[in-house]
Amino acid sequence: MPKTIHETPMLDELEKGPWPSFISGFKRLRDQHPNERINAVVGDLLGQLEHSYETRKGYWKGGTVSVYGYGGGIIPRFSEVGDAFPESKEFHTVRVQPPAGNYYTTDILDQLADTWEKYGSGLITFHGQTGNIMFIGVDTDNTQHFFDEINDYGFDLGGAGPCVRTAMSCVGAARCEQSCCNEHALHRALVNEFTDDVHRPALPYKFKFKVSGCPNDCMNSIERSDFAVIGTWRDDMKVDQAEVKAFIEAKGRQYVLDNVTSRCPTSCMTLTDDDQLQVDNSNCVRCMHCLNVMCKALSPGDDKGVTILVGGKRTLKIGDLMGTVVVPFMKMDTAEDYERIVEMAGDIIDFFAENALEHERTGEMIERIGLVNFLEGIGIDVNPNMVDKPRECSYVRMDGWDEEVEKWYERKAEEKASA
Amino acid sequence: MALDMREPIESGCPDGFQYMHPVMRKNFGQWKYHEHPRPGVLLHVAHSGDEIWTVRAGTQRILDLFTLRKLNQIGKEIGEGYVRFTLRSNIEYMVADGAKVEPLIQALEEAGFIVGGTANSVAMISHTQGWLHCDIPGTDASGVVKAMMDEFIDEFKNCNMPNRVHLTTSCCQINCGGQGDIAINVQHTKPPKINHDLVSNVCERPSVVARCPVAAIRPAMVEGKPSLEVDEKKCICCGACFPPCPPMAINDAEYSVLSIWVGGNHSNARSKPTFQKLVASGVPNNPPRWPEATAIVKQILSVYKEDARDWERINDWIDRIGWPRFFEKTGLPFTKYHIDDWRGSRKSLNASTHIRF
Repeated sequence: MPKTIHETPMLDELEKGPWPSFISGFKRLRDQHPNERINAVVGDLLGQLEHSYETRKGYWKGGTVSVYGYGGGIIPRFSEVGDAFPESKEFHTVRVQPPAGNYYTTDILDQLADTWEKYGSGLITFHGQTGNIMFIGVDTDNTQHFFDEINDYGFDLGGAGPCVRTAMSCVGAARCEQSCCNEHALHRALVNEFTDDVHRPALPYKFKFKVSGCPNDCMNSIERSDFAVIGTWRDDMKVDQAEVKAFIEAKGRQYVLDNVTSRCPTSCMTLTDDDQLQVDNSNCVRCMHCLNVMCKALSPGDDKGVTILVGGKRTLKIGDLMGTVVVPFMKMDTAEDYERIVEMAGDIIDFFAENALEHERTGEMIERIGLVNFLEGIGIDVNPNMVDKPRECSYVRMDGWDEEVEKWYERKAEEKASA
Repeated sequence: MALDMREPIESGCPDGFQYMHPVMRKNFGQWKYHEHPRPGVLLHVAHSGDEIWTVRAGTQRILDLFTLRKLNQIGKEIGEGYVRFTLRSNIEYMVADGAKVEPLIQALEEAGFIVGGTANSVAMISHTQGWLHCDIPGTDASGVVKAMMDEFIDEFKNCNMPNRVHLTTSCCQINCGGQGDIAINVQHTKPPKINHDLVSNVCERPSVVARCPVAAIRPAMVEGKPSLEVDEKKCICCGACFPPCPPMAINDAEYSVLSIWVGGNHSNARSKPTFQKLVASGVPNNPPRWPEATAIVKQILSVYKEDARDWERINDWIDRIGWPRFFEKTGLPFTKYHIDDWRGSRKSLNASTHIRF
């Protein structure tokens, strides 16, 4: 038992109600865990958290803590009220990269739990908003011991600070019929090429990779990552007309009209009088809605690949930004394809490192310098898929027009020749 | 000491395949369709005819070792030893044997976990660290989420919304919780209070000046000390100066409120992805259970459930009925603060006669 049990009348209110209570979990660690260090640490943590609830303020400050050989990966936390709550006065979080796709065996989870029990507070989150396993609450000395042990059996730190961050990928081809790429291979190929940039923060600000296997974008990659990779396809979607008929039989014709064909954003579907679903594939924008509704009858095509969008981010500093298409389609089948995407990511990170201002994200840099300057910097040609609509304002200098037109025709001729 | 130091193995992101259910490894990229037999359960069928069943359960997210070991024990003894975690921190148990689904549900529910969170449910709230661990929090995160999920447990366990509902919370205006159908985020309402005794020793002043989104901060001598001053007329109270300069205290027990935003949607389905929009603010930051915030979320959800068509996410629904009707139906007041004045904001104004009467 810890030396002091702090009264926690406000936190006790969070033990009521049917949803599992994190406070009850904290109290189990304080009261029932055989390790006295854990009892004491969580005991004082509860005290500090209650103090926050009473005064409506946080009491943690940052600092500098890392492990030997790295510069980041730990979120250092020192208490500003450590005198009152000394046992949890150093309460760092260790960010650890999860396996791609967040797959675990119960054995490996037990192993992680065993190591954490030796050194940490006993609190873990799967996963933080960036995608790390968060081992919450360890003092400075034990940070190294904990890392050494998990690093020996295959786990490595994630990113913290101005660096390449831990990446994320969706459930993907392992379980999802909509998957259009090997999300986990892409995730690892991208982030593991930049481990040096993950562990030694030296970029203007953070840089995130996220991979979603289809345009449902379950990883929020367009809205939350600097480099979003989204699986898609460019041939015709597959329609199993027998399954369409079965669906109509089960749900009714009106349901299909109301919930499938009329919801298509480009009106590219019709249901014929004899209940065939016809698709104008040249106008399908791969939004996924009809495939989501009728996943048995409709499937992605066979000519699969990825779309890449760059520059998504949250609010700080100039407001939320979505990623912008920089590669409308890219095949992702061969080792060369993977080399190409990793090389492109490297070019973008290099350009970002050289051109972004301090604490500026990639999307903000693009907003400041313009998409065209960014594309020229990384050697990617313009493409009408990059815009919602062309320029509206006539205040623009265009004395390079003829050369640009020439480039367009040259590219078109090359595409034709290589097709 | 240095001699004992161990060189790190820079292995990066581990390979997930080694931890993946063998049926999923075998049918990788070969799944045909899925069904949703009941809330919290998914059945995926491969072209080979193989099946994988998934049971999804909500947890407290900040897991203690007892809870993690309990989840593991259920996975080992009743499941097949293979799990994963969703983006919203639900645990998923994958089993090839469909007969294990009911026992899994029973064991999870007996242990106090909540089976659900699939399809058209109100999903577990994606949240941040808050007072538990963040250095700049305006509120707690885990506590808000626990209090709200107590209220939305039926919506989590059942799939009776028009489409899925993603909730998020953020404990400062940086909005680490991300975009959601409904987001509950802290909003500061007063400029930072500056401790001029500390600024020059603690803060790199040019970095702080550069961090301000509206150029409201400038270097100044205050009471003979080199410090910073804030043009309080320009200040938007975002708190961006606080992380690089903690003496610029933005958190305030009285002047931090919660705001509610709706219509964020990351999917490309139907319309392009959307950011959330402000609908309510001035909601008391009221620990330990934040009942006022929950009441507004409840109100929005009940109108959405009643009024939206099948498959409409909150943004799709509002696109169809229009914002005036959203405010009318939810009873939420529309104020001058709802009209955007940030960069590019003119594109958010109605430049047409498209008006619903």
